[in-house]
Amino acid sequence: MKYVDEFRDQALARNLAASLLAEADTARRYHFMEFCGGHTHALARHGVLDLLPPNLRMIHGPGCPVCVLPVGRIDMALQLALQRGVLLCTYGDVMRVPASAGLSLQRAKARGADIRMVYSPADALHLARAHPTREVVFLAIGFETTTPPSALVLRQAARAGISNFSLLCNHVLTPPAITHILQSPEAAQYGRLPLDGFVGPAHVSIVIGSAPYEPFARAWHKPVVISGFEPLDLMQSILMLLRQVNDGRAEVENQFTRAVQRYGNATAQAVVAEVFEMRDSFEWRGLGEVPHSALQIRPAFAAFDAERRFDLRYQPVADHKQCDCGAILRGVKQPTDCKLFATVCTPENPLGSCMVSSEGSCAAHYSYGRFRDAVVI
Amino acid sequence: MSPRLAYMKPLDLKSGRIDMNHGAGGRVGAQLVEELFVRAFDNPYLRQGNDAARLTVPQGMRLVMATDAHVISPLFFPGGDIGSLAVHGTVNDVAMLGAMPLYLSASFILEEGLPLAQLARIVESMAAAARHCGTPVVTGDTKVVERGKGDGVFISTTGLGLMPAQRDIGGANARPGDVLLLSGSIGEHGVAVLSQRESLQFDTEILSDSAPLHLLVAALLSALPEGAVRVLRDPTRGGLATTLNEIARQSAVGMLLDEAAIPVQPQVAAACEMLGLDPLYIANEGKLVAIVAAEAADTALSALRAHPLGVHAARIGVVQADPQRFVQMRTGVGGRRVVDWLSGEALPRIC
Repeated sequence: MKYVDEFRDQALARNLAASLLAEADTARRYHFMEFCGGHTHALARHGVLDLLPPNLRMIHGPGCPVCVLPVGRIDMALQLALQRGVLLCTYGDVMRVPASAGLSLQRAKARGADIRMVYSPADALHLARAHPTREVVFLAIGFETTTPPSALVLRQAARAGISNFSLLCNHVLTPPAITHILQSPEAAQYGRLPLDGFVGPAHVSIVIGSAPYEPFARAWHKPVVISGFEPLDLMQSILMLLRQVNDGRAEVENQFTRAVQRYGNATAQAVVAEVFEMRDSFEWRGLGEVPHSALQIRPAFAAFDAERRFDLRYQPVADHKQCDCGAILRGVKQPTDCKLFATVCTPENPLGSCMVSSEGSCAAHYSYGRFRDAVVI
Repeated sequence: MSPRLAYMKPLDLKSGRIDMNHGAGGRVGAQLVEELFVRAFDNPYLRQGNDAARLTVPQGMRLVMATDAHVISPLFFPGGDIGSLAVHGTVNDVAMLGAMPLYLSASFILEEGLPLAQLARIVESMAAAARHCGTPVVTGDTKVVERGKGDGVFISTTGLGLMPAQRDIGGANARPGDVLLLSGSIGEHGVAVLSQRESLQFDTEILSDSAPLHLLVAALLSALPEGAVRVLRDPTRGGLATTLNEIARQSAVGMLLDEAAIPVQPQVAAACEMLGLDPLYIANEGKLVAIVAAEAADTALSALRAHPLGVHAARIGVVQADPQRFVQMRTGVGGRRVVDWLSGEALPRIC
């Protein structure tokens, strides 16, 4: 497959692995966090962790939009689908996320709720046009990557005067979450964070650019390297991070130059700014309330805001008491440190956020890396 | 005055539709069976007009039986339809024990309103597939359900086959050191079907690989000494990954795959990449996994490749001792990972 196979070449991977091993200072340890769930998935799926030096550890961050969506927000969607007779559309990954009372969107569908999986919010708008007598709601989730398409359909709906379409907005922001991981008071509760640098998100950065990470890198003296999603992208980015640490630098570097520019996609940013505004605070599953970390729909588009339209109230739901997701998302614990991991918490029956989607750190380790835990007899 | 023969207007195969009368057991139902099913599937067993078929089992042979329900949507997809699929699916299940499939039964659950033209097309295709496989449909049944209670047509088929009494091919027979062979590229059926779903409109040239594998199995078995083929299985729902995990569990072994050796057509790889799917988990309907003794692997691979359905056969890994029964894989870039069971429906990632 052109433009993909080139980034999965085994000989080049071996070269990069050799450079990493040669340049890693054996007298120290390196802890890098890949923020983005897509990176977590790629590291696991391609077995990249095997090619890294033994004293370099990747910490899987909270950048999996499905994982960090709190149960209470899914409950809101369920209320719409089960009690208000709404035609609810969402991305495929959200269907399996466990909600309150043993429900999920998939199980609600089996109980008769009209819930459809779509590939884009444009499909949801299309459904609203096709069913003018139904209320159609798009359950929108995701980071800066999936926000512009949501903004675009709301603008289209407004311009076309469509009166039966609204959006339940759960869009969250990357830079505040990274900052939160480093500065939140909860961080102290889990101990000192052994973080030496960040692999910056790929698709998110296409939209926002590399500039938004600059103040953060300066203030916390942490290097950031924005990386593509392929295994060679990741290995090169990790090498760039390692070199920065070795040199004592803390800069924002861009490995994903074939797609990311310093100031991002101005058109996408403009449409997002037109439709969305900052939310004061938003609960992240596993991280808790994070101020200024999510978006809400502007008053000018209030008619398309499902929260206002259906007068929905958010009810927080606590995670399982023994769930260690908070510590795992911050890199203080590993999935195998959690008592629930692979016992009562599995991809079939996820209890904590990290097990929910294949991009979560626990699910990625369970599905792809579990052989490493095997006791050698 | 001579008695007048009862006249019945022939089935309107052009614009007629299934209605509840077709399932009521009256003359209309009999007409549907005679003019459509019996005519298409025509064979001496059906012609007898009984509710069951009498079959002969030769001495020294064992009977093998498999059944499969088909509920695919859409009914017609690139490279096949529910009719041919209903034949291939069951023929393959019988063949995977090393048996030669000989007879099929078929039951049709029809939804009120189904255009007769569609049904005729499906039945014709099914009959053609059965003739091609040498597996006549010797008995069958038809029921009709109200509109909204079915999805056009569901077809269940059962297959009967024969194999030598001493043959032992099955999922529990894999042993450490055995070699994993795959008869061709994976993922075509699932992607071909996905490409036709209404919410997923993209132009693709990918055809389903739906095909009967019994002659490929026969060619493989005739090239090797009895016992050299330990396991045969067709990786349908859940794909290659799920099939290998099933076998690993049944045989209490682990496996190590070589990602670079697993054939995937570039169009399938591209479609999966776009949709966030992994070809290892995508359904196939015309491929098989053969686990063979190491010393027989080269001969087995040549035998598979000599058959038109096994031209792209490949050696994809080995069976190894592993109390955890992990299916592991050496990845394209040279790392390692687990190839786990499919968890839930294969839903794509979102970003």
